Amino acid sequence: MNDDYNPTELLAYVAAGLLKDNSSVFVGTGLPMIAAMLAQRTHAPNLLIIFEAGGIGPQVPVLPISVGDSRTFHRAVSASSMHDVMSASQAGYIDYGFLGAAQIDPYGNLNTTVIGEWDHPTVRFPGSGGANDVGSLCWRTIIVMRQDVRRFVEKLDFVTTPGYLNGPGARERTGLPADSGPHRVITQLGVFGFDETTKRMQLLATHPGLSIEEIQKRTGFELVIPDDVTTTEPPPPEVLKAMREIDPTGMVIGK
Amino acid sequence: MNVLETGQGELVGWHDPDEHRAWVAEHKSRALKDKRTSLKDAVKEYVDNGALIACGGFGHIRVSMATIYEIIRQRKRDLTLCGKTGVHDSDLLIASGCVNRIEVAYAFGHELRGLSPASRRAAESGRCEVVADISNAGYQWRFLAAAMGLPFIPTRVMLGTDTLKRSSAKVVEDPFTGKPICLLPACYPDVVLMHVHRCDRHGNAQIDGITVEDFELARAARRLIVTTETIVDDDVIRESPQDTIIPYYLVDAVVHVPYGAHPTLMPGHYYFDEQHIGEWLRLSKTEEGAARYFDRYVHNVDGFGPYLDLVGGEDQLEYLRQVEHLEAPLEAPWLEEKRK
Repeated sequence: MNDDYNPTELLAYVAAGLLKDNSSVFVGTGLPMIAAMLAQRTHAPNLLIIFEAGGIGPQVPVLPISVGDSRTFHRAVSASSMHDVMSASQAGYIDYGFLGAAQIDPYGNLNTTVIGEWDHPTVRFPGSGGANDVGSLCWRTIIVMRQDVRRFVEKLDFVTTPGYLNGPGARERTGLPADSGPHRVITQLGVFGFDETTKRMQLLATHPGLSIEEIQKRTGFELVIPDDVTTTEPPPPEVLKAMREIDPTGMVIGK
Repeated sequence: MNVLETGQGELVGWHDPDEHRAWVAEHKSRALKDKRTSLKDAVKEYVDNGALIACGGFGHIRVSMATIYEIIRQRKRDLTLCGKTGVHDSDLLIASGCVNRIEVAYAFGHELRGLSPASRRAAESGRCEVVADISNAGYQWRFLAAAMGLPFIPTRVMLGTDTLKRSSAKVVEDPFTGKPICLLPACYPDVVLMHVHRCDRHGNAQIDGITVEDFELARAARRLIVTTETIVDDDVIRESPQDTIIPYYLVDAVVHVPYGAHPTLMPGHYYFDEQHIGEWLRLSKTEEGAARYFDRYVHNVDGFGPYLDLVGGEDQLEYLRQVEHLEAPLEAPWLEEKRK
């Protein structure tokens, strides 16, 4: 067994670590699934996993291809509906929501709709899907994505999903649920949070071998850099083993 | 009520509730009658050129693919699609030229498989016009409002975003809390296609596993075509009425199509046919390839039975059953490509 890990495995490990036992998490396609399944198989056996198509509390046997896959309600407590799980989110039952994105801005707003003009797009992405709902309704969202200057930008081409919009109090003023919003951003370079007073993105941890300067250089806006930036712990061998059992074909974590 | 913001997206499928009630009174029969028919006749009768259509299931889960193939075969035109969660369904309907307008919650993607080359090309070139954006929860709540016979439903999604600006929603001041709230207009598709596990001849239909938004969508539909894995005796339904998601008076046509969701996933029966979906994703990288696909699997095939033979017949269907039941490993050609 190879103890080397790739950037995706590190990302999934860090994301899994944020999920506490006996909490609830709304999970999207791909890496969020790996993170939630990993948490359930390690430190959080009673993690309540929710899928947007209606799977509630499954014990997911192997990585699903879709958030509506039969694996998303395998040994679940309920095979329900989108109305049910979205309503549960709106009513405050869902602690964490996991999202990916094509672009992110300093306030954690996300774009998964278009690059370029909306009516004449250079690139048309799939759109919100459940992302806007998760970003609007869950208590804390965790964003998992690749980082570079084209993806971490000062201004988005399109705000698909709300982060802190344009700063403190903006979510509440626009009618979104109080005290909700982005919690963490995890990339192949580091882990980020949001500054309490400005709601702008701040660096919390660098991944092994990366400097703060290098991470700032690969970010298209100025990061808040606190004094106590830490270094991420690499995944231990037993975690890597569990991850490779979850995704045996390497669909998400690669080979 | 004080309107704070109005989305600029096109209002698709909305009717005044009284107008819809009158339509229902005139067109939806309450008779408990045998509604079994052929796909050819169902599509001919209920899918008009220019209609607003929606597919049950979840883009590549429990989609009535047999009906989609028939729509493509009959070369229906100028359809508008509810892109509620559009995956393989919307990709084929757009690539074939049947759909040229779409309201998008999710489309142009194949989840883990990546983006959909054909429909994305159509969206970026303007051949398929995106008339509005919305979120997944937003779309199914539009159907819920329609199912309830209401003009709109209040929700707390989309607020503060460009998704709202490009939607047909409005933001108003909620008279109870005084806070802004998003009003989603009802959406009544002209025709909905849905694949179910079992159904009786009258249209009483049962779905195993997650229902996604089919409870709401079946009730929002003006016309509803149901394809089913099995037709059961009336007594089977009456012995487990708690499992009936769709009662007969919502249904206009019942068509018996075993494996009718292939190559999408039918929970408990068969998994995604990744070989077939992979072939589509590979071919649809070019217009010529997509045309070849439609010739081979739709236009030159006389119905769904011969299609199943063409995609591998009983051996392949048995393999898909085993993958669904975790008895065989998943093989996916797109995976190899992704690894390169």
